[in-house]
Amino acid sequence: MNGQMAIAAAQHRVWKFGDDIDTDVLAPGAYMKLGIDGIAPHCLEAVRPEFAAQVGPGDVLVAGVNFGIGSSREQAADALVYLGVRAVIAPSYSGLYFRNAFNLGLLLLTCARAGELADGETVTLDLRALTVTSAAGVSLPCEPIPEFLLDMVAAGGLLNQLRQRMGASR
Amino acid sequence: MTTPHNPPHTLAQKLIARAAGRPHVDVGEIVNCQVDLAMFHDSSGPRRLKPMLEELGATIWDKSRIVLVMDHYVPEQDDESRRIVRIARDWAREQNLPHVYDSIGICHVVLPQKGHIRPGLFCVGGDSHSPTGGAFGTYMFGIGATEMLGVVVTGQLWVRVPQTLRMVWNNQLPAGLTAKDMMLHMIGRFGMNGGQYQAVEFCGAAVQALSMQERMTMSNMSAEMGAQVGLIAPDETTRAWLAERGVAVNDLSDWCTDPGATTVDQVFDAATLSPQVAAPHSPANTRGVESFAEVAVQVAYIGACTGAKLDDLRAAARVLRGHTVASGMRLMVAPASQHDQEQAELEGVMGVLRDAGAEVLPTACGACSGYGGSIPDGANVIATTARNFKGRMGSATAQVYLASPYTVAASALRGRITDPREMLQ
Repeated sequence: MNGQMAIAAAQHRVWKFGDDIDTDVLAPGAYMKLGIDGIAPHCLEAVRPEFAAQVGPGDVLVAGVNFGIGSSREQAADALVYLGVRAVIAPSYSGLYFRNAFNLGLLLLTCARAGELADGETVTLDLRALTVTSAAGVSLPCEPIPEFLLDMVAAGGLLNQLRQRMGASR
Repeated sequence: MTTPHNPPHTLAQKLIARAAGRPHVDVGEIVNCQVDLAMFHDSSGPRRLKPMLEELGATIWDKSRIVLVMDHYVPEQDDESRRIVRIARDWAREQNLPHVYDSIGICHVVLPQKGHIRPGLFCVGGDSHSPTGGAFGTYMFGIGATEMLGVVVTGQLWVRVPQTLRMVWNNQLPAGLTAKDMMLHMIGRFGMNGGQYQAVEFCGAAVQALSMQERMTMSNMSAEMGAQVGLIAPDETTRAWLAERGVAVNDLSDWCTDPGATTVDQVFDAATLSPQVAAPHSPANTRGVESFAEVAVQVAYIGACTGAKLDDLRAAARVLRGHTVASGMRLMVAPASQHDQEQAELEGVMGVLRDAGAEVLPTACGACSGYGGSIPDGANVIATTARNFKGRMGSATAQVYLASPYTVAASALRGRITDPREMLQ
């Protein structure tokens, strides 16, 4: 859990999106035949064509309600991991997307006041207090996350956890 | 199975308690469940699971509990889809999987047809429309490929015990109305995340009167309501349908929500429902068909697990019998399974569709998910599918409207969105 202190201090640039961002926009069906390296460049291009090329490691997505609705395709979460997105901050998520994101090591913060954050500003995250702090210093509370899911994100996802578990039992 | 539950339980709680090996479970607690069956397809399954399993050096926990269905990239149309389907076929052979259904239909329809779904089971599927199993009183929902890897290795999965939102449909649906109209209406009212990943339970006289395939349409579209599962308490209709497929079920009386269990109820009158249409680009963008009278359409698509089962094909044929589609109109029919198509051939239903001008496409997911088939750019499409997200059917400029098979068929005849009740005498 040493990583948490480093994360708490890091600055994260905000990419802001609207309500109902669906899986077919995050991972378009036309590219689903490809690997994640072929899908990620098209992530969100239907709503913001420059996103995949310009997003940088450690950036965060801020979105409206119902983020990730639609399909079970986990590439919709994996594309953001691949592009280096640190977390998504939104008031609500599709339940299926929520499970997929943590399984892939992508942190989702459920924040009713996410709309107060602005595109392009930098925010800090505190995973212990579960808050997002805006550039102006306003601290927005997020909903609690079960400990085992935080552990999963810290491990980099379920596959890494299984890898550790199976390595240990061998 | 007749022990009273204390406190009273919802159907969802009972199903989870059984899978968790517990006498009772509380809403909100997180429990570990033993998975009775895991289903995946060529897109979500082997091509993603195989490399992860090999890397872990892990084996499948119980092959008898795995079902693999090739439905997304079949028939193969290019090198990439050939490669994906080949991975699935090779892996099925290597692993000696006992339950593999290759190119015979869409997974959610094939699974119950082949007797894999029974009341009381706890199942997962590598596809978001997996809640279809809820029509049989099965706790079934969709998960992603990495989570499926966890299930395939351990046979277990966590779940947060959901609240139950009961959708009570009183009275009976009028002629020309279907489960699809009921679902579009509810999704329009509550939104695509209105189910809040809780359990939805459909009940009331109008639901009890539905055929098994119509019930499957309801549970299928629970996905578009954002519910984890869409359950229907099994009854004599369920028993009779399963018996026809050689599946005997025991006492069903406990697979229901106990009187006094805590639920949030919404009440609807089926008798006053009008045909529903969802406008681009969301299934929640729903209004009565009368709001769309001026909308011209160039393509009508009858397909998908949601809208091309035998009962859906029969409904379309009732409207199309003795007519041909409007000039310039393209009507595509992709039956949900070979079994449904064969039965529809025997009944003359496929003949009616062809005589009306339908192009019959392979029994696969096809254009619904933009994986196959061709929806022309800029076209107005009316479809029996579940989702009309921008670009989902493969063209970013197509405008997709969702409706029942009756409404899609009626619209194909007129070349504009049409109330099917005008066509049913």
